[in-house]
Amino acid sequence: MRQLLRRLFFYLLAFWASLTLNFFIPRLAPGNPAGAMLARFQGRLPPEAVNALLLQFGVTNEPLWMQYIHYLNSLLHGDLGLSITYYPTPVSAMLAQELPWTIALVGTSVLISFAVGTLIGIIIAWKRGSWLDTILPPIMNFLAAIPYFWLALLTLYILAYTMNWFPISGGYSLGMLPEFSFDFISDAISHGILPALTIVVSSVSGWMLGMRNAMITTLSEDYVLMAQAKGLTPRRVMVAYAARNAILPNLTGFALSLGSVVGGALLTEMVFSYPGIGFALLQAVHNSDYPLLQAIFLLITLTVLVANLLVDLIYLVLDPRTRQG
Amino acid sequence: MSLGTTAPIPNQPEATAEATLKQPGRLSMRLADIRRLLTQNPKVLIGVIIVGFFVLVALIGPLLVQKDPTFSYPDKLAAPSAEHWFGTTKLGEDVFTQLIYGTRSSILWGFLTGIFVTVISVVVGLTAGYFGGLVDDIISLIINVFLVLPAFPLAVLIAAYIPFKGSITVTIVIALTSWAWGARVLRGQTLSMRKRDFIEAARSSGESSFHIIFWEILPNQLAIIAANIIGTVVYVILAEAGLEFLGLGDTTTVSWGTMFYWAQNNDALLLGAWWWFLPPGVCIALLGAGLSLINFGIDEYADPRLRRERIPKAILRKLRMLQKGQ
Repeated sequence: MRQLLRRLFFYLLAFWASLTLNFFIPRLAPGNPAGAMLARFQGRLPPEAVNALLLQFGVTNEPLWMQYIHYLNSLLHGDLGLSITYYPTPVSAMLAQELPWTIALVGTSVLISFAVGTLIGIIIAWKRGSWLDTILPPIMNFLAAIPYFWLALLTLYILAYTMNWFPISGGYSLGMLPEFSFDFISDAISHGILPALTIVVSSVSGWMLGMRNAMITTLSEDYVLMAQAKGLTPRRVMVAYAARNAILPNLTGFALSLGSVVGGALLTEMVFSYPGIGFALLQAVHNSDYPLLQAIFLLITLTVLVANLLVDLIYLVLDPRTRQG
Repeated sequence: MSLGTTAPIPNQPEATAEATLKQPGRLSMRLADIRRLLTQNPKVLIGVIIVGFFVLVALIGPLLVQKDPTFSYPDKLAAPSAEHWFGTTKLGEDVFTQLIYGTRSSILWGFLTGIFVTVISVVVGLTAGYFGGLVDDIISLIINVFLVLPAFPLAVLIAAYIPFKGSITVTIVIALTSWAWGARVLRGQTLSMRKRDFIEAARSSGESSFHIIFWEILPNQLAIIAANIIGTVVYVILAEAGLEFLGLGDTTTVSWGTMFYWAQNNDALLLGAWWWFLPPGVCIALLGAGLSLINFGIDEYADPRLRRERIPKAILRKLRMLQKGQ
């Protein structure tokens, strides 16, 4: 319990650090983003918006600590500011609209990738030195080194542009309205297969190699030898003795990648013009939509932290050694 | 060869360092080991050949192509031919020439950034691990905070705010967001080393902390640091390409990442110009795979459990004969 409280305290601290970074980065950045932005919107922004913008970028006469308190206060009330690109839509409304897409697409792909990769890792470590173990790791290495977005471009070019098997962009067909109907959902799924495929292909190797190495280390432990000596079935030794103990590092990785569910799909979403947080981030970068940019960063950080906290909890259940801390 | 636990002679730091290197400690790295890595591990050999090829291209490639990478030929968006090996861009630039120049800039900045990141990791990790106590607590806390903060989005955020775009900006942004992994690994290693005899000896002979950290501990972690540099370079090259692809780099220079940026912005895909975006991706993937192969070898060297036992050929032959006989 004490351990858990300590972790909780740590995550709060980390979140505070990211809030503070988020506060200081615009203020420390040379130049004046607010000025540049106002110039862009010359005369098109109502005075109160200009005022809000200036406030947001610290162009006020208030001392820094007052700004900081105002900033924390408005965040506490869920006020993330107004989007510049889609003025006057609140940033929080935009995020709420984009988030389900990202979670559905990347969440599913990460789950598949984790399950498949871990399973292959267990098997090739168990059959050490077999042809599978000789061939797969180098191939996976190559796959892991391929830039995410390039793999996406390539599959898009071959499977969607040349072969015409999949739609070329977007999350659903033009003219369709997001709703809970069979037509729409099947349309959305057909748009999601290709992006999901690229995410799985480019991330499966990490799980596989991590699991393989952890398995190999575990397999040399005495209790595995003991289990084999007792005459347990190979399957039981592999799953209940070796894999069960070797999976812990991979679980940590899983949590970290659950956190990157929101941020990691940035490049994929861009290539596939898929609606979601990553695509919004890209637009925010291109349009210098700083409130949106900052809100997305906070959202991503928050997911990462919550994911980490969850894994700590799972660890407490799975690994009795962590309970003693 | 092993000096075992021979006590180092006080006041002779060189001798101490020598002794530690000759200890059977598994993490030191000697020239002979590098040679053995190269000759006995085919993975490392292939990796070194691939990386060596790219370094060579980066060094002398630009001297061998005649035109500037931004020189505009009359044939726009031409498919690969004898004249333009990798085709041309929408502006008529030769993709092959761009690739050669891109290799130079991507490799140069990739390695520079990788080394820069590792230097930060080494200084932070070794300091935390060596001093322990409160210093370690504080530094570890900072390391852990940076570990959980999402690196790439943070990099995007910072890069978006820095008004001058360029390779240095990208380097700084990546360094700020990715030093924590290496620092944590090195801290752990140092922590396990600080109570060893040779460190105690150096401390009792009155060496300064600075000296102990960088002359006693550092040489014993060269394998890890080398692996760290290589791993970081892989990440850096990918992250740089990613940031440049997003248009956060200097889009007027030619690098693998900016080639992507221009290809994407000119709808190379929809124009069917596969030769425009294919080559830089192949290069990044090949270079990354080569570096990972080298790292595999170093991992196997540092952790013998990952290494497959090599059975001498003579014994293997005998075993086979025995099997056949039965």
